[in-house]
Amino acid sequence: MFNKKECVAMLLAGGQGSRLYALTQSVAKPAVPFGAKYRIIDFPLSNCINSGIDTVGVLTQYQPLVLNEYIGNGQPWDLDRIHGGVHVLPPYQTASGADWYSGTANAIYQNIAFVDRYDPEYVVVLSGDHIYKMDYNKMLEYHKAKNADATIAVLDVPKEEASRFGIMITDEDDNIIDFEEKPKNPRSTLASMGIYIFTWKKLKAYLIANENDKEASKDFGKNIIPDMREAGEKLVAYRFDGYWKDVGTIDSLWEANMDLINPNIPIDLYDTSWKIYSRNPVMPPQSIGKNAQVQNSMVTEGCVIDGSVEFSMISDGVTVEEGAEILDSILMPGAVVKKGAKVEYAIVGENTVIGENAQIGARPETIEDKDSWGVAVVGNNLTVSDGSVVAPKAIIYENI
Amino acid sequence: MDVNMGNVLGLVFANMHDTTLGDMTKNRTMGSVMFGGRYRLIDFPLSNMVNSGISEVGVITKSNYQSLLDHLGSAREWDLARKKGGLYILPPFGNVESTLYRGRIEALYGAMSFIKHSRAKYVILSDCDVVTNIDYKPIVAAHIESGADITAVAHTGVYSSDDIKTSTVFNVDADKNVTSVLINPDISGTCTTSLNVFVMSMDFLIETVNDAMARGNVSFERNILQEKCRELKIKIYEYDNYFSKLNSPESYFKSNMALLEPENARKLFVPKRSIYTKVSDNAPVKYDLDSKVSNSLIADGCIIEGEVENSVLFRGVKVGKGAKVKNCILMQGTVVGDNAELNYLITDKNVSICENHILTSSPQYPMYVGKGASV
Repeated sequence: MFNKKECVAMLLAGGQGSRLYALTQSVAKPAVPFGAKYRIIDFPLSNCINSGIDTVGVLTQYQPLVLNEYIGNGQPWDLDRIHGGVHVLPPYQTASGADWYSGTANAIYQNIAFVDRYDPEYVVVLSGDHIYKMDYNKMLEYHKAKNADATIAVLDVPKEEASRFGIMITDEDDNIIDFEEKPKNPRSTLASMGIYIFTWKKLKAYLIANENDKEASKDFGKNIIPDMREAGEKLVAYRFDGYWKDVGTIDSLWEANMDLINPNIPIDLYDTSWKIYSRNPVMPPQSIGKNAQVQNSMVTEGCVIDGSVEFSMISDGVTVEEGAEILDSILMPGAVVKKGAKVEYAIVGENTVIGENAQIGARPETIEDKDSWGVAVVGNNLTVSDGSVVAPKAIIYENI
Repeated sequence: MDVNMGNVLGLVFANMHDTTLGDMTKNRTMGSVMFGGRYRLIDFPLSNMVNSGISEVGVITKSNYQSLLDHLGSAREWDLARKKGGLYILPPFGNVESTLYRGRIEALYGAMSFIKHSRAKYVILSDCDVVTNIDYKPIVAAHIESGADITAVAHTGVYSSDDIKTSTVFNVDADKNVTSVLINPDISGTCTTSLNVFVMSMDFLIETVNDAMARGNVSFERNILQEKCRELKIKIYEYDNYFSKLNSPESYFKSNMALLEPENARKLFVPKRSIYTKVSDNAPVKYDLDSKVSNSLIADGCIIEGEVENSVLFRGVKVGKGAKVKNCILMQGTVVGDNAELNYLITDKNVSICENHILTSSPQYPMYVGKGASV
């Protein structure tokens, strides 16, 4: 017998993250390191526990090894519970066959039995690739107060950016009357954040109906939400005004990291009332050497820094040798930057070694052709030999 | 020689040498004294035991152990939350006859039911006053091979009288047999000092403790090591790796500062033999636009807007704009106000230093500011 839960969270973490391919060849996107000591999934998981949601299903499919190990029994997020807690839910075989998750809706459909065990009134559906701090409980209260069948969290974005998002068109009471996916001429500036709360009974019925429709693409945005709207269910928009960023691309991943050290961007990791939890590496405090210069950066445990670090995010166990320069860059766990190397506007993957006097990336002002500039990426577990040059915007998958 | 470390019980004395660190141990035991930016002293013997393959550890406490209980919790962080074995905290066992223990023998006697319950064949006793990364396995192997009654871990080196006056010193013959024992002697020069880690068999321990109690003896060092060193076979195990012994406020300062030498830090923080501690979910260290940091050890959760040089900063320390911190040990939650200047200062937990304040003392006697104080 399972204790009833009012609300269960389902976290979609199966995406391949193909646009982050250099960093996700062997790691699911939610397990990509972020913000010096976190991984992307720490944000939704911490939001859940901070919001009082203690039952979370994590739907995994692509390269789950690192992600599964990282989540473990959920203890770092206080999600190791007798009733509830975090459960990793990969696709599985049944008497009638076995299927991969064929879409976001199908992933939840295949786990209806998991949700039903807790007999919840509501289900919150989350993504594993967003950086934000949000109280889902407030959104749930709103969902209840509005007597909604589905509530979609929206962010008011600048008009010129609206065409990059799924846009919700609402009436004066924030009821969703229409929506459009990445419209050329947006009719509204309310962008969907990919965070949904459903009344479970309703969602379950639509998931089953969608599954029976052989033509459907088994996706929340393409099927479930439109189906519910056509059937006249009550869909409302929940306005969120904090910081939120999708980190699905190299550029947005880099930007979101840089946002953490930008004092004008409202995401505070030092607020003890809404901590972001993570599986802490067991490492000594960071050692800042005699020749080091560290400014406007975040650096975490196990690092040995004797070079110069500015406007950068330095993950656990990174070594920056004397004379090396790191500027506007992200060094992922275990990366080593040897003497005299320069890393500028770049992402260096886990355990990758940058040889002496190598040059990775470049500042935008040094490049004449602006289109050829971008953040350079060196993938995980690679070696860049002494004196090598990696051009800006280049993505490196092999040793050079 | 291959030793089954599953056969070894670890016993950590959290309180021994409490008086040597002065005010720092006024409200906490030796074991919960903070060290090296993110650790407490008990983390070292506990981690060493776990890394040596010991999975059953008792922590003997005496008084002021609230902070220790908070730190250890379920001992999950040391991987000692086990169904079989794991960590046991052994506070003084209250009954009419017994009061707070006066020495190691009484402490062991108080923990006797726990000790007897263990199925281990050997016991390692360790205090919390030595910071090192030590593998106990070869020590247990040497103990078994030599057939000694007691094996004492010791280091031979040149010591000043200040170092020796709170130490146990062994005189040994060519075969490392202890021939006599000096306790807190007033000597200096080359000598073999105890690192307060002892190995013996379970049977020997139980018999020795019971016998000593029957005779009203309470001190392991005086009544066993010293008085019986001729009749027992006591051997030393010479330990040459990096260690620092905390036996005075000055040595506390020096031992922390020693970790700024990368060579020393590498010997203490060995990647495959991690030192475990309580996790506190701090954010990474944030360095501000005008921060200037060199030759320092800094733990997570710090926010640095000023200058830091030759210092050890524990978790969650804030250094304000224009502040200058030099040669300091700032413990957890210390807040240094804007433009304050500190030199040779040790601040305990949650101390706050007002803006523009200047505090300087000397390297010989660094100033200590007690827990929670506002200066």
